[in-house]
Amino acid sequence: MREFDYQRVTDVSGALALLGDDPDARFLGGGTNLVDLMKTGVERPARLVDIRRLPLDRIEAGEDGGLRIGATVTNSDLAAHPEVRRRYPALAQAVLAGASGQLRNMATVGGNLLQRTRCGYFGDVSRPCNKRVPGSGCPAIEGEHHNHAILGASGHCVAVHPSDMGVALAAFDAVVSYETADGPGELPLSEFYLPVGDTPHLETALPSGALITGVTLPPAPVAAHSRYRKVRERASYAFAIGSVAAAVDVRDGAVHDVRLAFGAVASRPWRARTAERTLIGAQAGAEAFAAAADAELTAAEPLPHNAYKVTLMRNLMVAVLTELTEEAAR
Amino acid sequence: MTTTTAETTVTRGSVGTPHTRVEGPEKVTGTARYAGDIPYADLAYGWLVLSTVARGRIRSVEAEPVLRMPGVLGVLHHGNAPHLESDYVGLLGVRPDPASVVFQHDRVPHAGWPVALVVAETSEQAREAAETLVVHYEEEPHDVAFHAGHPAAYAYDAPHAPAEATKGDVEAELGASALVVDEEYSTPEEHHNPMEPHAATARWDGGRLEVVDSNQGSMWVANELARLFSLDPSSVRVRSEHVGGGFGCKGVRAHQVSAVMAATVLQRPVRVVLTRRQMFSLVGYRSPTTQRVRLGADADGRLRALEHLSLNPTSTVFEFVEPGASVARVMYDADAHHTVNRLVPLDVPTPTWMRAPGEAPGSFALESALDELAEKSGIDPIALRVRNEPRIGPLSGLPFSSRNLLACFQEGARRFGWADRDPRPGLRRDGRWLLGTGTAGAFFPSGAAPSTAAVTAQADGTFTVRITAADIGTGARTALCLVAADALQVAPDRVRVRIGDSDFGQAFIAGGSMGTRSWSWAVTAAARDLRERLALDGDIPPEGITARSDTAEAIGALAAKERHSFGAQFAEVAVDVTTGEVRVRRMLGIFAAGRIVNPLTARSQLVGGMTWGISMALHEEAIRDAASGGLVGADFAGYHIATHADVPTIEADWVDDTDPDDPVGIKGVGEIGIVGAAAAIANAVWHATGVRHRSLPIRPDRVLLAGTGASGA
Amino acid sequence: MAPSTSSGVTLNINGEKYTLSVDHRTTLLDALRERLDLTGTKKGCDQGQCGACTVLLDGRRVVSCLQFAVAAEGREITTIEGVADGDRLHPVQQAFLDLDGYQCGYCTPGQICSAVAMLQEHAAGWPSAVTEDVRPEAGPPPLTTDEIRERMSGNLCRCAAYVSIVDAVAKAATPLEGEAVA
Repeated sequence: MREFDYQRVTDVSGALALLGDDPDARFLGGGTNLVDLMKTGVERPARLVDIRRLPLDRIEAGEDGGLRIGATVTNSDLAAHPEVRRRYPALAQAVLAGASGQLRNMATVGGNLLQRTRCGYFGDVSRPCNKRVPGSGCPAIEGEHHNHAILGASGHCVAVHPSDMGVALAAFDAVVSYETADGPGELPLSEFYLPVGDTPHLETALPSGALITGVTLPPAPVAAHSRYRKVRERASYAFAIGSVAAAVDVRDGAVHDVRLAFGAVASRPWRARTAERTLIGAQAGAEAFAAAADAELTAAEPLPHNAYKVTLMRNLMVAVLTELTEEAAR
Repeated sequence: MTTTTAETTVTRGSVGTPHTRVEGPEKVTGTARYAGDIPYADLAYGWLVLSTVARGRIRSVEAEPVLRMPGVLGVLHHGNAPHLESDYVGLLGVRPDPASVVFQHDRVPHAGWPVALVVAETSEQAREAAETLVVHYEEEPHDVAFHAGHPAAYAYDAPHAPAEATKGDVEAELGASALVVDEEYSTPEEHHNPMEPHAATARWDGGRLEVVDSNQGSMWVANELARLFSLDPSSVRVRSEHVGGGFGCKGVRAHQVSAVMAATVLQRPVRVVLTRRQMFSLVGYRSPTTQRVRLGADADGRLRALEHLSLNPTSTVFEFVEPGASVARVMYDADAHHTVNRLVPLDVPTPTWMRAPGEAPGSFALESALDELAEKSGIDPIALRVRNEPRIGPLSGLPFSSRNLLACFQEGARRFGWADRDPRPGLRRDGRWLLGTGTAGAFFPSGAAPSTAAVTAQADGTFTVRITAADIGTGARTALCLVAADALQVAPDRVRVRIGDSDFGQAFIAGGSMGTRSWSWAVTAAARDLRERLALDGDIPPEGITARSDTAEAIGALAAKERHSFGAQFAEVAVDVTTGEVRVRRMLGIFAAGRIVNPLTARSQLVGGMTWGISMALHEEAIRDAASGGLVGADFAGYHIATHADVPTIEADWVDDTDPDDPVGIKGVGEIGIVGAAAAIANAVWHATGVRHRSLPIRPDRVLLAGTGASGA
Repeated sequence: MAPSTSSGVTLNINGEKYTLSVDHRTTLLDALRERLDLTGTKKGCDQGQCGACTVLLDGRRVVSCLQFAVAAEGREITTIEGVADGDRLHPVQQAFLDLDGYQCGYCTPGQICSAVAMLQEHAAGWPSAVTEDVRPEAGPPPLTTDEIRERMSGNLCRCAAYVSIVDAVAKAATPLEGEAVA
């Protein structure tokens, strides 16, 4: 870890001014990912701008049923908030399924969206990685990739986004707010992450020097009956190998509204819009759920050692939708 | 002269009674000082630099730019390091691991080989300088691909474990068998990962080398450091008071050797602490295995043939065998036996002993195969084991010192509710979970090694025991206090036990489940001698009265027998075959492991071992990258060990099994807990799903792809 | 402000103020261990993957290996050395001692700090990943052994003393929870 300048800021304009357009400067939030990456040499910033004490730590529950979540709200506070748990229980569950109690107390919402992949090649500076060093190659494709992407990847990178929270945010049409020196802006989560293509090192559509200030969740009555299920290689404190955020509203036996997003299958939280479209109006039941999952997963391009994820995601989606509809019917 | 005969102990009731750890208050308040916790004035920090190539030569080490960095005091590498003498056989009968004999030549035999040590004023400066150091390599093609049938494999005779053992004609007996099981099993590369990384501080103090270290035997480390640096053994002192776990990996390693080297060159105290990632290539590991087991039996389940072949990789610079095939030589009788341990040298780090080396992976294969035979024969797995219970060593023909395996199964079956078990797989369901139960047998050798101890009676009526024991979490310090109290016939609160200091003299290491037994023997001998002397003359001078013992003669006089602990493992699992998740719901282990000195801490050891079995069965797997030859994800996020959430209620208990040939009756409990545990879980997964998982770990993707057997629900 | 690579900071630790100059790279963990001789906080992985370095920051448990010391200025830090009330052990400490909730003891300070804060999180009504129904209408989840296990999973123990640790936390929780209710 090289030496760096450290500045603590208490207002957004100060934060933007200190970051400027310096490519070697980084915002420091909870530090749960950035500090680790600095220790492994993946990140070598010359300046850290500590944004942890910005006044962006509030959750505002809109009267319309939506939520506005400040960028420096911790994962713990997000998951504990009564309106999050009431309006978007899958979001609280997703946050609680991630990391550990200690890390959730440190990690922030803004940082969660920007966290980097846990691909073992990305995290080891002695190996090639197109995401870390553009053009150096992707050893995962021929090497270890049993927890890599099956959707939306490319021949340049098959890494997955590690966030749980982001999966629920994707399902509920979150919009990311940011500030730049030129003024504020917004990005729907669906446009926040860039396609992998041949530029896996370019991960988000945030303008250079931008600071995420918050996330807005529009009202979604369907989300009140939602669930996040995560499968991992041990019972806790591990990244997902597959996860589903789902919400469904069944009326008279037919799917009236449905939200679906997958985790650990792509370079971004994967909104399963094909499955959603297939399901709207369909008779709720395992058969329709499976058909919708298959429709979504026809796009899957698994590698030799991660083909199981196609089955896993299909089974998970069917199981979660079945649970939700059976509970609603009770 | 000290009496070291193995007479029956007159107890005073401390041994056998639960006692909280004597150092417990320090451990729960954070005041217990581990090796990296002790402050030194003028301390410098060393940071190791490891090779990024898997095979080749170091062309150059670009030290100059790094020496100009802030705070950097020196860079040690093969071009400037002092000479080390490595041509010796250490106290444990083996040569030093070449990865510990640092910076002596330009060859790189594996990824993560130590190539330099950077020393700086602060740890931050040392880390940055180590990361900046450029090393140029001449890379050569490497082979790290381990698989059954590797052409370079050969049978290897390890000390105390001959490669091959044979009785009768296996092929003929297999041909005559009504039932045959012939399967291959595999276990992955596993890493010890004690929570405390290896740490050592070395300094010269008035012509004497002092090393504060985290190790499993301070005398062992002191002796080897003396050999490596060609020093008089009396001029080396190694201390290791509190040790944050060992499991076999805390011996002589690059951290101590490089710290001593730097302290010698720089003439100031130097501390070297390994990073978690560095531990994955520098401190040994359990090598992966592929194993083939062939069982031939009559229709009633009686074994006619038992063949177990085990293969493991080692490095190109050291022969280390993981003797998985040796398990069968103790566990089961058969008309014909054939067991072989083989090695294949690859461009990988050197493996080492890890909790139950050989027995842990070997028992997975053999105890799984027994379960497969039970399935084929329609005989209950416990009844099958009863049918094949040997009365004498199946190959040695020697008597057992005691063998209470069947008593363990009987008691375990009763407490686990085994009698109610429907043997058919895939029948039980709880929501999305399929449920199953499984069992497996276990054994681990019981040994004692020569040790010395000193016990001093002080004028204030208290006693001090001094012995170069190590408490790596076993509770040895507390156990020795209880043993000494009984031998002295006093209450334990009058006894103080001092350990972890090579100045206390020769003693065996914390290893092989032999530590507490070996040390207790020596402490008992010295304490009894002291008691007799005090009985003759009750006056204690101000300097106290000290009695010393050496158990070499008594242990050497032990008759040749099959000496082992035994156990029966039981597990209940839940499997969701639609997601591949496996959860252990409960475990029970019943052990015959000698006299239990401290039931509180012994239970912790056994339950801890069984929990390792969960971790081995479901989680642990280091993944080696063929292209680079190194590991992928070599840290606690990539290498999963069981967490709190993975561990259910686990019960461990024991049957009476006092060893008649040991002065305290001890056998040892450190390792047997893991033996058979993974097999019990794998057998339970079969019972739940109808699918045999013969490769560990039983990962979700593997369960998902395997699905359910034909009879699955 | 001109760039600099070190700063003077005042850290509030266990009710005492410590003023020192830190390299910005110094984590709170290394400041405690290498600068302030508060070595009860342990380094197990230095990457936020084991929990051995858990301390309380403004009353909440965090891993001190991912917290730069300079960024901890002005916050209340509690380490294992500050958990007991003088010579009287905290109920969590006493339960670890009585029920053998450790073996080598290296993860123990982190486990204890984590448990102390975890019980407060639970008392505050926070749900966990194993809470059946996270909606506020469902009420606070009871502190079952499954809840304890999940909430303590950020603290690895390689000796695998988990069974005893959970017993110890459950035992310590009984009076604490009682007080919280009363």
